[in-house]
Amino acid sequence: MAKVIFEKATRIYPGTQTPAVSSLDLEIEDGEFMVLVGPSGSGKTTALRMLAGLEAVDEGRIFIGDRDVTDVQPKDRDIAMVFQNYALYPHMTVAENIGFHLKIKKRPKAEIRQRVLEAARLLDLEPYLDRKPARLSGGQRQRVAMGRAIVRQPQVFLMDEPLSNLDAKLRVATRTQIASLQRRLGVTTVYVTHDQVEAMTMGDRVAVLRDGILQQCDTPRVLFDRPINVFVAGFMGSPQMNLIETSVSDGGVQFAGRTIPLTPTQRAALTSEGVTLGVRPEGWDIVSPNEGVPAIVEIVEELGSDSYAYVTPEYDPNRTIIVRPNSAQATPHKGDHIGLVPRPSAIHLFDTATGVRLPD
Amino acid sequence: MDSRFLTALEVVIGVPAVLVIYIWGTERVIGILGERWKRRIRPWLWLLPAIGFLGFFLVYPTIQTIIRSFQGRNELHPRWVGLANYKWFFTSSSALGALLNNVLWIVCLTFFTVGLGLLIAVLVDRVRYESVAKSIIFLPLAISMVAASVIWKFMYDYKPPGTPQTGTLNGLLQVVRAGPVAWLQTPTWRLATFALIAVGVWMWTGFAMVIISAALKGIDPQLLEAARVDGANEWQVFWRVTFPMLGPTLAVVATTIIITALKTFDIVYTLTNGNYDTEVIANLMIKEMFVFGDFGRASAVAVVLLLAIVPIMAFNIRRFKAQEAVR
Repeated sequence: MAKVIFEKATRIYPGTQTPAVSSLDLEIEDGEFMVLVGPSGSGKTTALRMLAGLEAVDEGRIFIGDRDVTDVQPKDRDIAMVFQNYALYPHMTVAENIGFHLKIKKRPKAEIRQRVLEAARLLDLEPYLDRKPARLSGGQRQRVAMGRAIVRQPQVFLMDEPLSNLDAKLRVATRTQIASLQRRLGVTTVYVTHDQVEAMTMGDRVAVLRDGILQQCDTPRVLFDRPINVFVAGFMGSPQMNLIETSVSDGGVQFAGRTIPLTPTQRAALTSEGVTLGVRPEGWDIVSPNEGVPAIVEIVEELGSDSYAYVTPEYDPNRTIIVRPNSAQATPHKGDHIGLVPRPSAIHLFDTATGVRLPD
Repeated sequence: MDSRFLTALEVVIGVPAVLVIYIWGTERVIGILGERWKRRIRPWLWLLPAIGFLGFFLVYPTIQTIIRSFQGRNELHPRWVGLANYKWFFTSSSALGALLNNVLWIVCLTFFTVGLGLLIAVLVDRVRYESVAKSIIFLPLAISMVAASVIWKFMYDYKPPGTPQTGTLNGLLQVVRAGPVAWLQTPTWRLATFALIAVGVWMWTGFAMVIISAALKGIDPQLLEAARVDGANEWQVFWRVTFPMLGPTLAVVATTIIITALKTFDIVYTLTNGNYDTEVIANLMIKEMFVFGDFGRASAVAVVLLLAIVPIMAFNIRRFKAQEAVR
């Protein structure tokens, strides 16, 4: 078990100009569950592969524990990786797959059998030890891939979208299993996903990447409550935050005839007149049309525990605002005329020109 | 107009025309029958031409050859001789020598073509000029066997010691003041046979390489990465992951090469015609038939060759089917 440090780590693929991962600075604590999240092409998988040694580091350094592993071969890094398509060896049985590393390291046969059995028990794979991967279900294959990683007792677990090939129901169940397994084993884990729900639910901390650049790295709560820029604000949370571009005048931010006051520090941080107002679906209060911003309910999505209203404000018929009425409020119906008021505590303000969050 | 041209025209137009008329005619005939009979008979009518051709040109000659192998040499009035031809085959030194040479061909040709093909496929997989390298190695297979043999006749050419060596190999030996070696004329240690096998290896390595290379590309690169992360060095990655996954492909390539080795004829016929202890079964068959005019013995040799190939062929087809089933 060990700390992992990315120090200005950069990867530029041959024949391209822009780096796939650009000067990444990231410190992952011993035993921490770190999730790298971002849309496709954000460089999250490249960063993971750099840590695995499967991708060269063009600039900067990577440390595992106190050891500089920048130029160390993958086989000598003492890491275990779970691949997106599991990469199980098709010609080996489940037991041989799980025990492959131990066999390569020439451990005694009895020890291999013992440790494979322990891992299999942990993952409910005992009845399948003699099967070939082709005869397993998707969920079982995923567990074999996990088994291959945990049997090694490595310094670091690397997981590259391990749940993306499972169906939705199994994905939710496995999500919890992986997270609790990691807590139990206490092994430092770096987990890559494009799914922000996975990131929020699993990670001790989450690093949000975009175009190879780290945007923000913090606990899920902070990412959700204080996103550092418009991108993180829009990426984390589902349905996503309503982002409304508006302008600033003497009194403050102008929004549909209302004024949201700005503090002097906020005003000083502004680089132009444009401000983006961010309010999550649950950040609105529904009032009568003449009290708030008048709007018409277009669709109501009823999810049982929650419901989401897709609302068109009168001042701009081309815009849709997503609203989640809180339990104290009555759910509006399709065609209803309502008024919207953003709750002051739920307002996020960003500089439209730079996308950066204004200081609170 | 040249009569040959007319014949060609007849074939080009006539054969398809006959087939079309056949299909049209049979469809008309079964049109009379009820729907149930139509469905039963139609497949057979469509298969009939192919079955007919196969029966006439393959099954019938095979049966004739088997019958003929129990008869004497006389062409016009063959007598039944029982197993005499087979007895000759398994007791005469020339036939047994040919059999031994075929075994050498099978073992060496298979080992070296598959081995080299695998080695080259794996190495070439890692370089940028892969397609160029592969094309060059594949090229010999595109040359006709006889032309390839002629090329190697020049390669192996031997002139008496003291005279300038025009053969490539002996020319090279002369540079280092060794040789010359009479490659194709030395029966000792079956050197001449090995020289012929080398020509076969030169021709067939490209075939093995292309097939193995294709299989190699089919292996998920993540598997190799997984093995590397699991602590395997490149050598272990190859032997524990790549090689086992190539297993079915290697088996198919090997059996194909074994059949080629069993049927070896052109290279031997062109370069040595079986002299200097290089005789092989196929060349022996031709000799018995057309040089010595012994139809009985030639037929017996053909039957032995057939019996040797059938099990390998069956294995190959089963392997192929198994692979298809996996896909």
